[in-house]
Amino acid sequence: MATITQPPTQEQPLDPDGIAGSSVRRGDRTFLGLSTGSGIFVLVLMAGIAVFLIWQSIPAFTENTANPLTEQSWLPDADPPVFGFAVLFFGTIVTSIIAMLLAVPIGYGIALFIAFYAPARVASILGFLVDLLAAVPSIIFGLWGLYYFMPYVVPAAEWLSQYLGWIPLFANDPEIWTKSILMAGLVLAIMILPTVSAISREVFLQVPRMHVEAALALGATRWEMIRMAVFPFSRPGMISAAMLGLGRALGETIAVALVLSAVFEINWQITAPGGNSFAANIALKWGEAGDVGRSALIASGLVLFFITLIVNMTARWVISRRKDFSGAN
Amino acid sequence: MSKQIDIRDLNVYYGDFLAVEGVNLTIKANSVMAFIGPSGCGKSTLLRSINRMHEVIPGAITKGQILLDGEDIYGPNVDPVLVRRTIGMVFQRPNPFPTMSIYENVIAGLKLEKDKSRKESMDDIVESSLRGANLWAEVKDRLKRPGASLSGGQQQRLCIARAIAVQPQVLLMDEPCSALDPISTLAIEDLIRELKDRYTIIIVTHNMQQAGRVSDNTAFFNISAVGQPGIMIETGPTSEIFTKPQNQQTEDYVSGRFG
Repeated sequence: MATITQPPTQEQPLDPDGIAGSSVRRGDRTFLGLSTGSGIFVLVLMAGIAVFLIWQSIPAFTENTANPLTEQSWLPDADPPVFGFAVLFFGTIVTSIIAMLLAVPIGYGIALFIAFYAPARVASILGFLVDLLAAVPSIIFGLWGLYYFMPYVVPAAEWLSQYLGWIPLFANDPEIWTKSILMAGLVLAIMILPTVSAISREVFLQVPRMHVEAALALGATRWEMIRMAVFPFSRPGMISAAMLGLGRALGETIAVALVLSAVFEINWQITAPGGNSFAANIALKWGEAGDVGRSALIASGLVLFFITLIVNMTARWVISRRKDFSGAN
Repeated sequence: MSKQIDIRDLNVYYGDFLAVEGVNLTIKANSVMAFIGPSGCGKSTLLRSINRMHEVIPGAITKGQILLDGEDIYGPNVDPVLVRRTIGMVFQRPNPFPTMSIYENVIAGLKLEKDKSRKESMDDIVESSLRGANLWAEVKDRLKRPGASLSGGQQQRLCIARAIAVQPQVLLMDEPCSALDPISTLAIEDLIRELKDRYTIIIVTHNMQQAGRVSDNTAFFNISAVGQPGIMIETGPTSEIFTKPQNQQTEDYVSGRFG
């Protein structure tokens, strides 16, 4: 009798990792190895890219006779070599800002419409089309932008400069209406729009039904429900969507190369020709570049690498604030 | 403050599917009505149709009338949003807004009101609502903490505080204790008995002891077969439904022979 009621005296300690015990299953060990390996592989890959970029750009930095941060010309193969990133930095950032200003609000709007307003059938068709748009190769956007879209942008740019020309940003002193920072920004906006809207739609659809119902039961209209239950819950995802869009805009090469004039200068007049971007510059100059020229282009790639790294880290920092209040718990 | 509800010849449809058929029921002001019945008998659907929450599902429509002190809440010029501000709801699973603090959760509904006629400050409303939900003593020192940091039972009382902060006339509760432990359930049941002084309360429950403990009247629902509409079998004072029901189905259900 006593032996039956006696609780087991020797309890096995919990060991979820299964490392300490002798009875480690082969499947567990294999999976542990695979997943750890994949994690390490990503780190090695990142480090490898960084090392390659730094290594290859050292010759350019040692040969350069100008300050790479402020120099506004790109003559790395001249004697002595002279080049700087200021123009590229300016063009990349300004085109991306224009793209974000347009694409992010519109992208969120499309996603909200699909997730909460559109009837089921319209929503599924529209969602499919947006996904399809996200899959269009960028060369198509570039060609379309250059041959079809630009004739429509030019009158708009003329209008902007005529009525808002007193703002220096919209003035066009050379009075030449063609490829411009504005044009590149608009094409980028259209390119990142599906990225922003597809991801934010997924995020909106993940808002738990019980939060939506909580808001509606308090007497919220649909828009109030969206502000009360959807936006707070989706905020990290919405930031990620915008950042992925920004990442695509910063790194976009061929579409920008097609619609951005190759004039190498900082130009605050966004409707006038001029400006350049890191990625487009690499694509356009690589073929004709000499040894120092290629090294300089790789150096500009290194700068772009760090810009995207900083953008992503900032986004993560924004997301991680107020962790207690995240929707995850 | 609280109002009477009259349900007249009510049918509830999801598209072509008739979910609830021919309900006639009166719920007196300042009383607690319990809806009981087996799963799928339409009691939750009926509850949600009382503040038009079932309309959240596309294709859901009703025929018949639901009168709130004589006014049809399905009348042609009635805004469902305003109906929901008058008839509050507490759900099966506690659903405080995860990104809001306890304080913000309580005033979430108040922020929607365009009418600024209420004189009390937000702080006073938060305190009185949390006191009304028997939660004040537990949370008064951590109002800025997230609502999701509370225990399940506290979260449910927070949801009740949020619902009563907007001063509704009726409170609908859809199995409010089914996700809670016995101690928390007891706290909510005590609260329901107190809230009855100020609100008309309708509670859906699977727990017949609970219906017996908290309600004045009980309505029993059943379906004849799966796919058939839910119908109300019998209603009356809770003590009578449980001790001497008129209908055999009711007797079978309350005595535990099915369901």
